[in-house]
Amino acid sequence: MANASHAAALAGTDEEPRFYVAEEEGHAAGGTLLGFWIYLMSDCLIFAVLFACYGVYGRSFAAGPTPADLFDLRLIAFATAMLLFSSITYGFAMLEMERKRKGATLMWLAVTGLFGLAFLGVELYEFNHLIHEGAGPQRSAFLSSFFALVGTHGLHVTFGVIWLVVLMVQVAQRGLVAENRRRLMCLSMFWHFLDVIWIGVFSYVYLLGVLQ
Amino acid sequence: MSGEQVHVLHDEHEAGHGTFKGYVTGFVLSVVLTAIPFWLVMGDVLEDPRVTAFFVMALAVVQIVVHMIYFLHMNTQSEGGWNMLALIFTLVLVVITIAGSLWVMYHLNTNMMLMHGHEPGALSAPADPSGMGSGHNAAPAPAGGHGAGHAGHGMSDMP
Repeated sequence: MANASHAAALAGTDEEPRFYVAEEEGHAAGGTLLGFWIYLMSDCLIFAVLFACYGVYGRSFAAGPTPADLFDLRLIAFATAMLLFSSITYGFAMLEMERKRKGATLMWLAVTGLFGLAFLGVELYEFNHLIHEGAGPQRSAFLSSFFALVGTHGLHVTFGVIWLVVLMVQVAQRGLVAENRRRLMCLSMFWHFLDVIWIGVFSYVYLLGVLQ
Repeated sequence: MSGEQVHVLHDEHEAGHGTFKGYVTGFVLSVVLTAIPFWLVMGDVLEDPRVTAFFVMALAVVQIVVHMIYFLHMNTQSEGGWNMLALIFTLVLVVITIAGSLWVMYHLNTNMMLMHGHEPGALSAPADPSGMGSGHNAAPAPAGGHGAGHAGHGMSDMP
């Protein structure tokens, strides 16, 4: 690839060792980020299957409640706002990380985590409400596919918050060393990716569901 | 040599993160692109729900692109283009998965509805091509959820 050709092109120069050090550092971090990106793409396929499932079963109500009966769009708008706020606060954390300011990074990470928890709280409240209304996942194919899709996204956010807390502990103990910066960049991709999936969820599941 | 060094550092910066301006731009665009579809649906702005559905999905696609650019820092250069290549490959698979499933299952549902028969005469018709029509109705299979209640809505309103 590009690295190999660079190395080959410069193999004859006398400053060779210095070049290799710089290249290897960049390559190691780049390898992790590319690998994590490919993981996210495979995660994207999981959500594609769940979206397809919801698309097929989303109108099979089995004489049960429909999205218009169940969904409260004001609640969903609030949850969407929480996730969007958490996206930009994570962005601010990354900017502070670049400036090597540990305290500010931790502060923005904490704010991000709180927004993530607020989102999860809204989602748990909604699920609890639905199940108590008798609209649990076993009620109809529509609700099964709904809980599978939105629940999988919620689980991702849950593990994102756990990961965030673990990273905050690591940053607090070890500081913004190269390893922690790399981990924070991976979580950044994960977190923004979850927001991208949520765009699909609120548009396709909630807004189009209530529309029909 | 120094040119190469600069190039490497530049790459590292690209792989990292955006600027304050980039994040704020992405955030403002996202807020607008989220507010419009919620307003369209909650305010019942447009008469035809199909037009509203079209706008909701179109704005969702635009917002996903905005997130990709401003939050995930996607471009054709990052990781020597491999990020973009993986993304394009994934998008192809996603489109095949979702569009293919909806297309196939739409036809399947349409055929099953004909078999269940919404017209009163359909069950007694001797020319039941599959011969499954009567048995299916006498003892409703647990999996036959399509026959119940709202089956008439079917998939016809699929976007």
